[in-house]
Amino acid sequence: MAKKGDWVRIHSVVLKAEERTAKLPEDTQACDLEQWTKGFLLADAKLGDEVEVETAVGRIEKGTLIDEAPYYDHSYGKFVPELIAIDKQLREEMAEIGGDK
Amino acid sequence: MALAKDYASVMGRSNDIQKDALGLDYAEFETSPIAFDYEKLMTSTGYTLEEVNRIQSQYGVGNTPLLEARNITKLARKYAKPGYGARIFIKDEAANASGSFKDRRAACAVYHAKKLGYKGVMAATSGNYGAAVASQAAIQGLKCIIVQECYDSKGVGQPEIVEKARKCEALGAEVVQLTVGPELFYSFLSILEDTGYFNASLYSPFGIAGIDTLGYEIVQQCREKLGKDPDMVVCTTAGGGMVTGTARGVRKAGCDAQVVSASIDLSGLSMASDVDFNKKSCTTGHTGFGVPYATDPDHSDVPRSAARPLRYMDRYVTITQGEVMYMTEMLAQLEGIERGPAGQTALAAAFSLAQELPEDNILVVSETEYTGAGKHVQPQLDFAKQNGIDVRIGDPKEEVPGKSVVLPASPALFKYKEADVDHFRASLIKKAVKKAGVKPTESDLEFLAEETKKDVDFVKSVLEKEGLL
Repeated sequence: MAKKGDWVRIHSVVLKAEERTAKLPEDTQACDLEQWTKGFLLADAKLGDEVEVETAVGRIEKGTLIDEAPYYDHSYGKFVPELIAIDKQLREEMAEIGGDK
Repeated sequence: MALAKDYASVMGRSNDIQKDALGLDYAEFETSPIAFDYEKLMTSTGYTLEEVNRIQSQYGVGNTPLLEARNITKLARKYAKPGYGARIFIKDEAANASGSFKDRRAACAVYHAKKLGYKGVMAATSGNYGAAVASQAAIQGLKCIIVQECYDSKGVGQPEIVEKARKCEALGAEVVQLTVGPELFYSFLSILEDTGYFNASLYSPFGIAGIDTLGYEIVQQCREKLGKDPDMVVCTTAGGGMVTGTARGVRKAGCDAQVVSASIDLSGLSMASDVDFNKKSCTTGHTGFGVPYATDPDHSDVPRSAARPLRYMDRYVTITQGEVMYMTEMLAQLEGIERGPAGQTALAAAFSLAQELPEDNILVVSETEYTGAGKHVQPQLDFAKQNGIDVRIGDPKEEVPGKSVVLPASPALFKYKEADVDHFRASLIKKAVKKAGVKPTESDLEFLAEETKKDVDFVKSVLEKEGLL
């Protein structure tokens, strides 16, 4: 249960697939155009409810409540062995031609 | 009565919304169905180079260091014939307030918005420009909304774009995120209409005027440091603003250096495809933006784009994703500066281009960008692997965009590909005439010659072949 004033993320469908009239590849044409934003919840609600939020600039935006206390979890990625090989090669190149600093 | 906000109604009001949101009526620059007065549009900003410099200095932008990449130069010389391998310099644009050259565009656009009395600014961008507008809005005290194309239909976002969203929010902006598709413009216009904010378009004359200082600084710094002008300036090219503004600044400084556009080759991938969206292992600086914007600059979010790359570029070269990723590692390992991959497109091309220039030549790469979680070689390659892309070490010539990322097995394998600029020029000429649907006049032919940095005879020969003259 999210409380009024909580920072949340909402989702909405801007255009249903059948409403999309722009020149689009077939794969995109088959999808809804979806939208997300964040804001302060204007009334108590639970996940999946249709809600209103006040965004960072003070706009009122409607949508489905999909996340309470949203956060980012993008990262530096998993180990990529190819990069270690490149780094080793570059250090060897430098050892051969001599650093110039 | 409230205005209808459905797709057709909002798009139908597009011209009026844009006019209100730019404080600029593009109709006054139109001279015929084909031509418009480009220089009049550019001077309509009323901002001289000195004025732009003053604004940028006040807001944490510009006067970035010009770094000599001594070790990268040394390595390039190892693979060049004797006496060849130009000195490579890098303009460290990551030193700007929000970490990229886009601050130059944003500083002027936000300044202009504030001067005209707008309460907020908006920009449609998935790239560094969002962070730049958010940063300048914070500094100059305006509200800011960034609209970005971020996710595919499964809700999976490009790590680089997700990072940009985080950064925009960290700088106080609201971020509206969308799935793939050009109808982003509808959401953008609709919010623009509701809020009455300024359209801080990437392609406004205010934005492009902001880049002139970059080219000017490059020449000034070369003269101060080296006592001579650069021989070649290489610009990463997507929407074309970088190459347009940099070349304008270089020329304003009285320098005739060759200006080279460089893009990552993403041929074969559709930019509007939901499936292809996450098969890209880079989100900008690629041909998916570079070629369409060069050959049809006016399909952006303003009626006439101030970024007109074919007016300025001398050459257009491409490079692969694998070469750019490798170069990002090279910059960190050999020069001790860790920067984001997108800014390295020009540097990867420069490594190869420098090998064809004599040792006493000066080659300048016009930018770097900030790096961080998501916006870094490792998460981008990890993401590529998760999306079924074959990441391997080998010959970059074998890379197939959307299928593989081939990291060069040796620095010897870096080799740019020369694109046929005359082909792009012919494409621009044909599109411009077909779009207008009229027979070009003599002054239209002259306009198209200026648009493509060619003469009237070239324009005529293109149109004659198509039966458009």
